Amino acid sequence: MKRYSVFAVAREALRNHQGWDRAWAKADPKPRYDAIVVGAGGHGLASAYYLGRNHGITNVAVIEKGWLGGGNTGRNTTIIRSNYLQDPSAAIYEKSRSLYETLSQDLNYNIMFSPRGVMMLAQTQHEVRGYLRTAHANALQGVATEFIGPERVKELVPIIDTNGPRYPVLGALWQPRAGTARHDAVAWGYARACSAMGMDIIQNCEVTGIRREGGKVTGVETTKGAIGCDRLGIVVAGHSSQLADMAGFRLPIESVALQALVSEPIKPCMDVVVMANTVHGYLSQSDKGEMVIGGGTDGFNNYTQRGSWHHIEETVRALVETFPMLSRLKMLRQWGGIVDMTGDRSPIISKTPVEGVFVNCGWGTGGFKAIPGSGWAMAELMAKGASPLAEEFSMFRFREGKFIDESVAAGVAH
Amino acid sequence: MLILTCPCCGVAAEETELQPGGEAHLKRFGPGSSDDAFEAYMFARANPKGVHFERWRHAYGCGKWFLAARCTATLEVFGTYSAQTKEPPAEIVTKIRAKRPDWAGWSA
Ligand SMILES: Cc1cc2nc3c(=O)[nH]c(=O)nc-3n(C[C@H](O)[C@H](O)[C@H](O)COP(=O)(O)OP(=O)(O)OC[C@H]3O[C@@H](n4cnc5c(N)ncnc54)[C@H](O)[C@@H]3O)c2cc1C
Ligand SMILES: [Zn+2]
Repeated sequence: MKRYSVFAVAREALRNHQGWDRAWAKADPKPRYDAIVVGAGGHGLASAYYLGRNHGITNVAVIEKGWLGGGNTGRNTTIIRSNYLQDPSAAIYEKSRSLYETLSQDLNYNIMFSPRGVMMLAQTQHEVRGYLRTAHANALQGVATEFIGPERVKELVPIIDTNGPRYPVLGALWQPRAGTARHDAVAWGYARACSAMGMDIIQNCEVTGIRREGGKVTGVETTKGAIGCDRLGIVVAGHSSQLADMAGFRLPIESVALQALVSEPIKPCMDVVVMANTVHGYLSQSDKGEMVIGGGTDGFNNYTQRGSWHHIEETVRALVETFPMLSRLKMLRQWGGIVDMTGDRSPIISKTPVEGVFVNCGWGTGGFKAIPGSGWAMAELMAKGASPLAEEFSMFRFREGKFIDESVAAGVAH
Repeated sequence: MLILTCPCCGVAAEETELQPGGEAHLKRFGPGSSDDAFEAYMFARANPKGVHFERWRHAYGCGKWFLAARCTATLEVFGTYSAQTKEPPAEIVTKIRAKRPDWAGWSA
């Protein structure tokens, strides 16, 4: 792999950009690998990357049924934050956020991490109390957040109407070191680094079966033939139930559609991320100038990657009240992704009933921010059989009633 | 927009009138059952990509619960039926079989 640098850019500028390598090599499956990761989304690629980087396991394949990053990783609104309430969540999301800070340097790939700050508006007394509680919890967890008043909100976001008739802004939970990153670049950067370590990234190859002998995994069946492995990581988000079914167990997961939309590009008007959870909308401005908008999920099981119209309407209606200038914007595009929702709305990074099979899923509506930390923990779990960051996120917590109930705690899923 | 006909009042109801209630025909396990059975009842879900039996409530209509058979991969609706049933009715199963010959069938 040739390193990207300012010198490389200058050199290539002088020879019409003829000398760039492919970012990652095209690969056909080998008969067997030490470890296979199913799913080349951010979480699968990061899991493979840290298997190599932190544990020296590089005889690894990442198998993807479509194209790399074509799942939720390439469909999300890229909010990165770690202001959770429960300790296990704060630990893994803060690890993740801190890895994001130096990820461009680590991967030698510009993932455009922008720590522009994330603001979660409090628009009811209940939310004020909730966020004060979160700010105190974060102080104990070592996550830098603070509760700010409406004047400071207005100062940071001049386009906001803090005196809205229905839901005035009473304050906000502010995490200055949270922000956004370029979603595709995260997938591409990890893929390039995996390929450089000699791993195979096999696209257009669907896993259709999981081979087992005596309760232990021996390989997978795919549309490109059978491939052997000692360890298998299932990292397929919305399709986790299908893969679990192939391995003979069930997960506490339901797949539903989550949508987002972007406006036409406009001049810079808002340089932080704002989430308004009571009215259920969130908003940031991309580097191209588009307003990036996300809202709520549908309530019914769905694999079609398109959601219901009325959710867009509700989201936009809510945001227009808080940001009146949005009413004049045209919306350019709208899309959906299939998110994997667990029973307690927290993720799963876990061993499974099948020896050698590990599962990483349940990130639902909020796993982009978790990609580096989740990959870090998943790699450790696959390499050593245990990981401190993953411990509380076992799939067996549902049997024991040891939920990590962030959804109720934070009142928001992403 | 998803439209389901409520078998209780006969109204062809739009999605915004309805409240989804998750997988149907779950067998209830309560106190005294094994941890495995209770966990499976509470959390483990089939979540199929394809034929799905599910609960709905006509929340902004007659208020009653009913069941629906739907395809989660295409959003096609096979039919709706009364919630007072322990398994999908024969005519719905026949209809699904005609449209989805590869369907593995319903199992408890
Ligand atoms: C509209 C929307 C907005 C969001 N906004 C945010 C946000 O602002 N912040 C945030 O933190 N998170 C957000 N999320 C959530 C975030 O996108 C996901 O949690 C995260 O991207 C999941 O990554 P992943 O790698 O687990 O899954 P994916 O990126 O979906 O990757 C899974 C891959 O597995 C592949 N696969 C599936 N089945 C098979 C098979 N049988 N064989 C081989 N490959 C298979 C799929 O093709 C896919 O590429 C949002 C999600 C959506 C949909
Ligand atoms: Zn009715």
